[in-house]
Amino acid sequence: MEHPDKVLGPLLEHIQLVLITLVISLVIASILTVICMQSEKVSGVMNNLFSVIYSIPSLALFALLIPISGLGRTSAIIVLTLYNQYLLLRNFTTGLREVDPVVCEAAKGIGMTDMQILTKIRIPLARKAIFAGIRLAVVSTIGIGTIAASINAGGLGTLLFEGLRTMNIPKILWGSVLSAGLAILINRVLKLVEDRL
Amino acid sequence: MPIIEYDNVCKKFDNSTGLAVDHVSAQIEPGEFITILGSSGCGKTTLLKLTNRLYDPDGGRIILEGEDIAQKDPVQLRRGLGYVIQQVGLFPHMTIKENITIIPALMKWDKDRMAARADELLTLVGLEPSEFRDRYPHQLSGGQQQRIGLARALVLDPDIMLLDEPFGAIDAITRLHLQNELQRIHAGLGKTFLFVTHDINEAFKLGNRVMVMNQGKLLQFDTPAEIVLHPADEFVRSLIESARQQEEFWEGVQ
Repeated sequence: MEHPDKVLGPLLEHIQLVLITLVISLVIASILTVICMQSEKVSGVMNNLFSVIYSIPSLALFALLIPISGLGRTSAIIVLTLYNQYLLLRNFTTGLREVDPVVCEAAKGIGMTDMQILTKIRIPLARKAIFAGIRLAVVSTIGIGTIAASINAGGLGTLLFEGLRTMNIPKILWGSVLSAGLAILINRVLKLVEDRL
Repeated sequence: MPIIEYDNVCKKFDNSTGLAVDHVSAQIEPGEFITILGSSGCGKTTLLKLTNRLYDPDGGRIILEGEDIAQKDPVQLRRGLGYVIQQVGLFPHMTIKENITIIPALMKWDKDRMAARADELLTLVGLEPSEFRDRYPHQLSGGQQQRIGLARALVLDPDIMLLDEPFGAIDAITRLHLQNELQRIHAGLGKTFLFVTHDINEAFKLGNRVMVMNQGKLLQFDTPAEIVLHPADEFVRSLIESARQQEEFWEGVQ
């Protein structure tokens, strides 16, 4: 390809989209996790809600949001963040709940508050599950993020959609290789980190 | 003045018909080593957990050092009571030193003070500080882990120690050592110990007074000798009889 910036631009846009989504997703998921840890009931409701949202095809969800938040990156970030809640919340709460109840009871019995048990005991002991959730969310955002180009959110999807529309094979190839490559690479790297935890 | 007073304490769990703790009243004096004896499901662990508000009673009051514990903040209450459980529950991601000083760390003690306290307690429970302070729980034997559990419970120097079958999962020989050491520690510190066990020999060996419980009720609360000489009812009598029969077996072998 003669114009590397034509590929580099969408790639950087894509990475930016993923990072912004990740940060917002993590903030919201952390708050929701703390709420879910207070009650199994709330946790069940929340899990069901996000699993319903997760099962809506992304293109449909993007389309649904256009009247509300319009075309562009904002809608894309909202959709991707919603999807991530399912992956993050489920991994976070399951991981935190699977921590040995004896250890948590001992912690409570010697005088730790619920918040201290969460931050000093549960989170460190559930770090693998927490990190696995983050990895899944990142990889899923990279993938679904390509479809966000359909509502003008930019990113690697633009290469794919433009390539398909004009039957430009190099564009299609660059778009596919980069989006797949990015997902595979990030997954490998995060998996390596996860295994060392 | 008694250091612990149970006043008609009741506890009922939602999923059962009877009372887990059924109108228990008892007074414990400072410095006593009280054992609570009973088979599983008799309410002995529940009584202990009511004492540090892991459970709240459905009736009656528990007075510690003159104060009704219902009026106290549960977290502050628990920090004033040592608590040791059968499964130990050490924190696997922390070193022994960090395990012992977790509460002081949360209370922002300075590092030197925590290190000194950890070493002092390791020595007290019979473990060499330089050898053990930086190890992780999984590198310790069951008996050593329970020694750490004991050290962790002692860190804030509580007046009262609650021990829930601490030696229940430990082999017979190690258990004998730990019982002797616990007696030594109790004698040296002058604290009040409340020790739950289902083992009649352990209960009678360690306790200066024994609470015998069955089906939530406190059947008898007296010195071991008095319980043996004057069992309060059929259940206590049969408990003593079962211990006697075991003894006869050993004597028969000799």
